Amino acid sequence: MHKLIASIGAIAFALVPGAAMADTPPNDAQIAHIAYTAGNIDIAAAKQALAKSKNKAVRSFAQEMVRDHAAVNDKALALVKELHVTPQSNPTSSALTAQANKKRAELAKLSGAAFDRAYATNEVAFHQTVNSALADTLIPSAHNGQLKSLLRTGLGLFKEHQAHAEHLSAALK
Amino acid sequence: MKQLLLVAAVALAAPAAPRATAPDRNHVIVIDNLRFGPVPADLRVGDAIIWRNQDMFRHSATARNGSFDVDLPAGKTGNTRLTKPGTVIFYCRYHPGMTGRLNVRN
Repeated sequence: MHKLIASIGAIAFALVPGAAMADTPPNDAQIAHIAYTAGNIDIAAAKQALAKSKNKAVRSFAQEMVRDHAAVNDKALALVKELHVTPQSNPTSSALTAQANKKRAELAKLSGAAFDRAYATNEVAFHQTVNSALADTLIPSAHNGQLKSLLRTGLGLFKEHQAHAEHLSAALK
Repeated sequence: MKQLLLVAAVALAAPAAPRATAPDRNHVIVIDNLRFGPVPADLRVGDAIIWRNQDMFRHSATARNGSFDVDLPAGKTGNTRLTKPGTVIFYCRYHPGMTGRLNVRN
């Protein structure tokens, strides 16, 4: 748990423009990359849950994560194509990916109810982190109106997922 | 006299008749951007709700009292026939923050 909190703290830190980006807010190409990466991370986590968990509620939640994030990411891909923007890798998206890989390796060692609880706990934490990043950094920094609007939809979705993950996590305790 | 009374009784009953035989109506509730749109105020038993999911996400219209549970893939519609008067709270199974309320009268 301490590890989890520490690593989430590190990501939250990286998502603060003043920290990782040295006072330079991310540009639209970087924002698109961060948002797309966050969606993909959650899809990968859900796929791991679908491969490992036998719990009906956990599986249903994971299926929802795959479906919803794939829908947003499809829209995001279509939008960047339309805008002729190439998503640009950046320290924040790299930090998110590195942290997610580490978490996935940790969860891979667990099974049964222990895995289910750890997955749900991490989903709550991950969605909280991304919600803050969207609300505090990514949405205010986005220049293109369509990108801003898609990010707002993403924030609404992540908030719903966070609530759902909290219900799930509470039910598994 | 009896006949007169009968006529009066029929006349009294008459205003209710058109309502009882009024055709059932369809009401559309649009779902978009992780929200249920406005719910029509005048819902009656026999009417139908058409749930139109315009969102990019799959949703459901699920009654808390278990009276209906409509699965709504992105871009699809589904129907619920209102069979009982009363208030029904509904929500989306996938996105529990999405809620609404139907007030159905006879």
